[in-house]
Amino acid sequence: MTLAKSPPVAMPVVGPVVGPVAASQTAISVLTALLEARTGQQIAAYRSWRLDTALKPLLRDRKLDTLDQLVTQLLEGSDRLIGDRIVDALVNQETSFFRDAQVFELLVEAVAAAQAERRRVRIWCAGCSTGQEPLSLAMAFAERHQTSGAPMPEIVATDVSEAALARARAGRFSQFEIQRGLPVRQMIRWFDTTGSDWVAKPELVKLVSFRRMNLVSDQPPPGRFDIILCRNVLLYLSTQTKTHVFPKLADALNPGGMLVLGAGETVIGQTKAFEPSKAFRGFYQLQGEEGRSQAVG
Amino acid sequence: MKTCLVVDDSKVIRKVARHILETLDFTVTEACDGREALAACMASIPDVILLDWNMPVMSGMDFLRALREADVPSRPKVVFCTTENGMAYIRAAIEAGADEYVMKPFDRETLESKLQIVGMA
Repeated sequence: MTLAKSPPVAMPVVGPVVGPVAASQTAISVLTALLEARTGQQIAAYRSWRLDTALKPLLRDRKLDTLDQLVTQLLEGSDRLIGDRIVDALVNQETSFFRDAQVFELLVEAVAAAQAERRRVRIWCAGCSTGQEPLSLAMAFAERHQTSGAPMPEIVATDVSEAALARARAGRFSQFEIQRGLPVRQMIRWFDTTGSDWVAKPELVKLVSFRRMNLVSDQPPPGRFDIILCRNVLLYLSTQTKTHVFPKLADALNPGGMLVLGAGETVIGQTKAFEPSKAFRGFYQLQGEEGRSQAVG
Repeated sequence: MKTCLVVDDSKVIRKVARHILETLDFTVTEACDGREALAACMASIPDVILLDWNMPVMSGMDFLRALREADVPSRPKVVFCTTENGMAYIRAAIEAGADEYVMKPFDRETLESKLQIVGMA
């Protein structure tokens, strides 16, 4: 996402703050509207507690006591970066290495099948957060390349948050992050320790091309892909926003390409561009060229 | 139901691990040191062992070496769970026959993911 070019957000006027409350309804509305305008992500009303938790470090950093004070600073416009910082803090960055491990086993099979037909296979991780997903792919395919000589697919990873991408490019993970899902043998093979953190070796990070992209308002990376992973991203978007995103995903795929969503996500009833894959359970296959024009339906 | 032997000299760690493991449908037994753990394994081999490194009487590493040389009917998965977080320790543990490695402190997600990796969750 290019934050400077982000669509404007309609800001309601902030009302008076009474007492030491964490946030007025107005502040909650402003913050959730800002997030949706910049990223398409929604925070359901029943999860508005998340605002307080996610923004606490920013409040501390700015020496503020309440979200209302933060919103006031935002609306005053004296600090152009504050909107970016709020969005970075609110974007859901939940991820882990080899999340839903069986998906990665299927991906290796799907890439092998695509490589049998094409010289070069391309994978796009849409909404890569702090990089665990594309780095998991890079490890899996690099090890396959080393053992069998199978060619490496090209891996492009995008995210709306520049802060998340900075962490992904650095390949630096806390002890908690590195342990979640990553087998120990791969951890010591592909990462070095730096203090209490673990840092991906440069030869691993260079296998992934990271770039900032707003899935809702920006164009996809150039060229077409054979597989798009967009896992646990669409579930935060409104139905209306998804109708803009599915055609983009369809247009970005080669004929017969696969879309991989998160566990519990589906395309059924939301687009006619994809059908459940017969060969790869849980994957969705682009329905020929006509699928592109039927992405919404 | 799968069985897990938690080997740690800290009562608190054993309690926390037991709680997590029981929510993952494990039957849990406990040992305070390597010698107790070895005796427990001789009596009944668990499916997986969650193993501390530094313990009195017999360390986790000494236990692991003894276990891997012992004549036991099956090969339980061993997941080290320790504050020894350096690369040299991790390599030594794998060399001695550990299947996975959890660096303390840990949470439910970490432990569950490691158990999944060794095919136990």
